[in-house]
Amino acid sequence: MARSSSKDAQDLFRALWSAYAATPTNLKIIDLYVMFAVFTALIQVVYIALVGSFPFNSFLSGVLSCVGTAVLAVCLRIQVNKENKEFKDLAPERAFADFVLCNLVLHLVIMNFLG
Amino acid sequence: MARYLGGLLALLFSASICGAVTIPGPISDAHRSVASELFGGSFSSLEEAYEAIRVFEILGIGNKPDVSATTCKQVVENLGSSSPVKDLFYALKVNGILKCKVNADVFKDIAVRVKATVNDASTLVDMYHSIASLVLIKDQASDVDVLLADADGIFHSIKALSQSDGRWRYSSDNPESSTFAAGLALEALAGVISLASSEIDQSRVNTVKNDILKLFDSIEKYDDGTFYFDEKFVGGREHQASLSTTSSVVRGVTTFASVISGKVNLPGNKVLGLAKFFLGIGIPGDAKDFFNQVESLALLENNRVSIPLVLSLPETVYSLSKKDQLKVRVNTVLGSAAPPLTVKIVRAFRSDAKDSAIFESKELQYDESNGIHVLEVFPDNVDVGTYVFVFEIVLHDSAGENVFATGGQIHVPIYVTGIIKVSNAEIVVLDSDLGSVETQKKLDLAGNVVVELSANHLQKLRFSFQLTTPHGHPFKPHQAFLNLKHETNHEHVFVVGNTGKKFEIILDFLGLVEKFYYLSGRYDIELTVGDAVMENSFLRPLGHVDLELPETPEKAVRLPPLPLDPYSRYGPKAEIAHIFRAPEKRPPQNLSLTFLSLTLLPFIGFLVGLLRLGVNFKNFPSSAAPATYAILFHLGIAAVLLLYVLFWLKLDLFTTLKTVGLLGVFLMFVGHRILSHLASTSSKLKSA
Repeated sequence: MARSSSKDAQDLFRALWSAYAATPTNLKIIDLYVMFAVFTALIQVVYIALVGSFPFNSFLSGVLSCVGTAVLAVCLRIQVNKENKEFKDLAPERAFADFVLCNLVLHLVIMNFLG
Repeated sequence: MARYLGGLLALLFSASICGAVTIPGPISDAHRSVASELFGGSFSSLEEAYEAIRVFEILGIGNKPDVSATTCKQVVENLGSSSPVKDLFYALKVNGILKCKVNADVFKDIAVRVKATVNDASTLVDMYHSIASLVLIKDQASDVDVLLADADGIFHSIKALSQSDGRWRYSSDNPESSTFAAGLALEALAGVISLASSEIDQSRVNTVKNDILKLFDSIEKYDDGTFYFDEKFVGGREHQASLSTTSSVVRGVTTFASVISGKVNLPGNKVLGLAKFFLGIGIPGDAKDFFNQVESLALLENNRVSIPLVLSLPETVYSLSKKDQLKVRVNTVLGSAAPPLTVKIVRAFRSDAKDSAIFESKELQYDESNGIHVLEVFPDNVDVGTYVFVFEIVLHDSAGENVFATGGQIHVPIYVTGIIKVSNAEIVVLDSDLGSVETQKKLDLAGNVVVELSANHLQKLRFSFQLTTPHGHPFKPHQAFLNLKHETNHEHVFVVGNTGKKFEIILDFLGLVEKFYYLSGRYDIELTVGDAVMENSFLRPLGHVDLELPETPEKAVRLPPLPLDPYSRYGPKAEIAHIFRAPEKRPPQNLSLTFLSLTLLPFIGFLVGLLRLGVNFKNFPSSAAPATYAILFHLGIAAVLLLYVLFWLKLDLFTTLKTVGLLGVFLMFVGHRILSHLASTSSKLKSA
């Protein structure tokens, strides 16, 4: 039973991966970027869990920077994805400009908070 | 409070003692030791050297041989060269005392030169220096011809500078008149008289005498009979202090009086007042002042106007218990012996009752061995207190009245002290309403017995004692205080009232509960009795009383904080310790560095992922303009990020926002250009 379930899981993942492989490259890049941001945030969380919360505002700004940029990247991905009919009229360049602007504003705040 | 009172008591006492010494004594050994210190160093000019040597001469202090040698060398140098008249003047003055070896020809040369300047001199100071130099040459080298042919003319030109009030002007074009200049002029006139080849007209001398009398009309005065001269004009080119002004006048008047044939009739009390002024200064700390004081006193000591005699008392306190003698000393100002005379006490009175004399006309015995006048038997009827004794000096030789100034009646405050008897001391606790005696304790205030009492707020405490003088009269001291001090150091001071013969105070505790802040418990009692003439002034503990006071009501006055110790108020304050926040615990550095490298891992993963996805820059615009915009766009973003880093490191929010605004506009422009280019390219692709 156990074996069959692990096999099922393997099958499931393989199916998922093959389905994902069909995604356009620019979306993959954004996914990769999101993963990068999330992992960086995770490492900081682990660090703060280990050493205590002393430079708390630094921690917050670090994690929020990662999470914020990840969220923005997800928004970008939604807008760029051609399958989302909702944003059909929106040029991907416009979406990228928004992404850059939001990132700059976000990091201005983050820098202010860094201490 | 008690300390404050104690300080006040000490102050009063010291003030009363200081006030007693009003008659300054003559020059003493203290002056000599200070003179050796003041003039001990080397001299920068002949003027200073002269002042030092003259002071030593007057006070009878021997000169150091090396001082004489070096100064003589300076004198000879000065006399030989063609130095200004002022330097010649001081060189001659020093030579007059030290008797340096100076060639007679040198004197002749100088005499010729100085005579020429006398006739040319336009200012009073120049005339003074030249004439005084000639007088000095006359004294030092008798064979040199120094006589002035035109003495009358010079006399007239000096006299022309005199003012109607007896003061002089420094020069004919200077309208301001000066008292100091009057002294110089008088000395110069005296010089002219002694240098005149033919006698000066007596009527001219008499006008100068009148000038002196007028000058003495403008003399200043203190209440105690001290006279002095002061410079009246303000803003003159050199302001002379009253000491140098007075000393200049004394020098002028005494020199003038010594050369004329008649006598200058000045009131004796003014001359004595001048002596008092110089003696009253004490011992000056400044060499110039010291010289002025000592030289003027020396001139007064032996002058032809009138010689002041100074009456001084070694002690102005007479103790009835010690039975010592009242001593009076009469000297000249420099402390040498006076001519035969008798000191009389004209009368004596209590300082608060001027009209009723205690005794009258007593003669003091002269003790020849010690040179003092002694009141051998102190009158019996003099009790403790402060008195004023009026002394008078009677010269044996009645002709001396014209030579000496004795100052008439001299008022001297005398303190007669004695042991005050304290008796009938009694401390009683009374029941308030009935007035019946609860506890009664007799006290011997002379011993150190203490009492223990207890009372409540419905009772009274009565304390009484008697003070009697050695003659049996009731005595009223300056201070009689009863002091109650609680365990908590709260103090209450009461003045013990005087009811005729005895001192009594009744403390009604019912009326005092508020004042005592409802503090029950043990109160220490202390009695202070003090007076300047009471030899046994005391401050002694009487014991203590245990008070039972009612509970503190709601509205009662809060207990005030204890007064600060007045001595600690000006002392150093406690050091302020600054407390800083303890630094937070930091994790080990290695751990932090490890995690720093860990955070780089996802970035590396991101790059690797990009490579695996086969990212490339093929879409980068190839034509010139869009490529420039693309590069500028990326540079702009990099610049904004760099600015953020700078903001984190050192910039403030305002500069950052301003710069961000500028960069933002630039970024918008290039971003719009490149992105619209890309958009148009992609739409073209699509349509194609």
